Amino acid sequence: MATKPKTSKKELLHLYREMLLIRRFEEKAGQLYGMGLIAGFCHLYIGQEAVVTGVNAAIKEGDQMITSYRDHGHMLTLGMSASGVMAELTGRSGGYSRGKGGSMHMFSVEKNFYGGHGIVGAQVPIGAGLGLANKYLDNGKISTVFFGDGAANQGQVYEALNMAQLWKLPTLFIIENNQYAMGTSISRSTAQKDLYKRGLSFGVKGVQVDGMDVLAVRDATKKAAAHARSGKGPMILEMMTYRYRGHSMSDPAKYRTREEVSEMREEHDPIDMAKNRLLKENWADLDALKAIDKDIKAIVADAVEFAKSSPEPDPSELYTDVLLEVEA
Amino acid sequence: MSIDIQMPALSPTMEEGTLTKWLVKEGDAVKSGDMLAEIETDKATMEVEAIDEGVVGKILVAEGSQNVAVGTVILQLLEDGEGVEALSTPLTPAETEAPQLDEKGPRLRTPGALPAGRGDERSVVDTAPIVLTEMDVPPGTELVETSVRDALRDAMAEEMRRDDRVFIMGEEVAEYQGAYKVTRELLQEFGAKRVIDTPITEHGFAGIGVGAAMGGLRPIVEFMTWNFAMQAIDHIINSAAKTLYMSGGQMRCPIVFRGPNGAASRVGAQHSHDYSSWYANVPGLKVVAPYDAADAKGLLKSAIRDPNPIVFLEHEMMYGEIMDVPDMDDYLVPIGKALVRRVGSDVTITAHSRMVGRALEAADILAGEGISAEVIDLRTIRPLDSDTIIKSVKKTNRIVCAEEGWGQSGIGAEIATRVVEQAFDYLDAPPTRVFQKDVPLPYAGNLEALSLPNAQDVVVAAKGVCYVD
Repeated sequence: MATKPKTSKKELLHLYREMLLIRRFEEKAGQLYGMGLIAGFCHLYIGQEAVVTGVNAAIKEGDQMITSYRDHGHMLTLGMSASGVMAELTGRSGGYSRGKGGSMHMFSVEKNFYGGHGIVGAQVPIGAGLGLANKYLDNGKISTVFFGDGAANQGQVYEALNMAQLWKLPTLFIIENNQYAMGTSISRSTAQKDLYKRGLSFGVKGVQVDGMDVLAVRDATKKAAAHARSGKGPMILEMMTYRYRGHSMSDPAKYRTREEVSEMREEHDPIDMAKNRLLKENWADLDALKAIDKDIKAIVADAVEFAKSSPEPDPSELYTDVLLEVEA
Repeated sequence: MSIDIQMPALSPTMEEGTLTKWLVKEGDAVKSGDMLAEIETDKATMEVEAIDEGVVGKILVAEGSQNVAVGTVILQLLEDGEGVEALSTPLTPAETEAPQLDEKGPRLRTPGALPAGRGDERSVVDTAPIVLTEMDVPPGTELVETSVRDALRDAMAEEMRRDDRVFIMGEEVAEYQGAYKVTRELLQEFGAKRVIDTPITEHGFAGIGVGAAMGGLRPIVEFMTWNFAMQAIDHIINSAAKTLYMSGGQMRCPIVFRGPNGAASRVGAQHSHDYSSWYANVPGLKVVAPYDAADAKGLLKSAIRDPNPIVFLEHEMMYGEIMDVPDMDDYLVPIGKALVRRVGSDVTITAHSRMVGRALEAADILAGEGISAEVIDLRTIRPLDSDTIIKSVKKTNRIVCAEEGWGQSGIGAEIATRVVEQAFDYLDAPPTRVFQKDVPLPYAGNLEALSLPNAQDVVVAAKGVCYVD
């Protein structure tokens, strides 16, 4: 890092806290999965916390987010309650989708979170459509679309990039390049590995960002958001990141070495990076950080308690929310 | 000997057109590639090019002539050195045309949707009692002859005037005025913000439409045909239909996907697929398939206002059909209600979209043989109006389920199952289905006609369940 990005005690403590909440939440989710309380697919965000935290620090209230199935971190960052998310993971009535969506499918109109999409790449044109609505309604908002390096090879991504640039949609395409599309490394799946260049043939500008550094993410997103909001059209942000866990809970991640993972954890961990700066700048001492950790653990423990005690959906819920009634 | 220039077919479905303008006059010398005339089809205005060289000997069809049948000699060209004495007697269209397929015959005029007592000479046989309408229209409402195409257009224009959030996007919907002219003049009235030409990327623009709906708009997404929506089916089903449920009722997706469905005419297997049963299988969607112009308008208006994702299946061969539409400010037909188009007592025939016309034609033929058929136009495939069907079967004790699509897991299979489940004791014969032959639709005219179900197939099936030879 050539120059240290500017920040403040207040801001960095906030970002540290946000990232730590995601980390502890995800660790607990992994544990509950092991205990059989969470079923099906569960994709953890551990290692990638800086990406969504930094993006959220750069966008405005009301801007939308949409992502794939690796979505817990996005919801927590946007201020959706940890209890509501965890209860959805356990399939309970107190979950954001009242137990009908699961880990991959949650939404919050209130917090501008548009899912939670299980089909790789599908959220990309949908997110561009949110941008189209923003432009149509002239509401000054931008949409942020998150997808992985795997999704970056989907055809519909390019259809969306073309239309987004053609119509100058206020949309940021944020590629969370964690190096692995499930078990296939980017070098085995991708002919041209600089994903930020993927919009060039449409005239969509792109930048590559250290996605393990929350402040670098924040700064790059601020610039891109200003570009999109000013009517200049979309941008691509390629966030270089890493997931410590497998693709989903059932993935033993044998496609990479233990050394590779520990090197990332030890030398590039986004939370450690923020922690070191907090200590170095004397913005917090170890006791203060321990206190934050304690707070976070309490929030997560409450979420777990709620997610265990919230009842399963009433059987009558089986048939609700299929169609909306037509208003007379 | 002079060369006869005929009214050309300028699209797969064109049968006649208007000769809007001559670009040459008698005595003009023309060479290959020169423009001879402007012809307006149901889809576009096009120029006719000369293929042969010569001098315009005689113009046989005046400028402005409408309904000029394909094959009519419109101009005779004299070859070099020939005088007017060389002009031959032009052949009639019947003589010039290729042999007609049995299937073609005269175009069916709809007997349905006329109010009682109008006494239209186009009506079906006198003896046929017809439930003409559930049109909920005030007495004295005027009926205006409108093509299905324009009825759809009017529905969109009215809803776009009513609600600023409604917009249309799709291939060629704006500047081209619609591949089938269904969006004619919408760009002129509503501008490029609300009438959006897309690139040929169905997967992408269907997803963008879904996102726009989630973002608070009311998109109409036109597919040039539903065949191309195969590229986009993931967004229709996974992104649009399932989201309300997966979000526990939070995230709405009010969107209409529309376009022509099923077999047009000689366009081959990849452009002729009927998707009725595909989408009918999906909870979270409503699937609408109108037959006549009034329903096309009233159902499309209801679809645009509906808060749910709608699959709206039109039929290219119906676009040009002229039928009555009530002249009202706001003519709405409710989604989910079938219509008894003809009352009968011996056998129930269900159908949707163009097949309704064939079913009505069959009912006419059956009436001539002493069999009274009740024809139900399903209008909506999902939710399917079982009540109307079951009520009818309890009266007639027999059912023929007709559709243009394939039989396996089809609409007829579903209806037959429901009838067996809910009215088994009333049946005097096993339910019977009429459907497209179990092959990809062939191109050859004779094979295509053999593949698609026609009125005679319905007649045979109806006589079968009535145990009449």
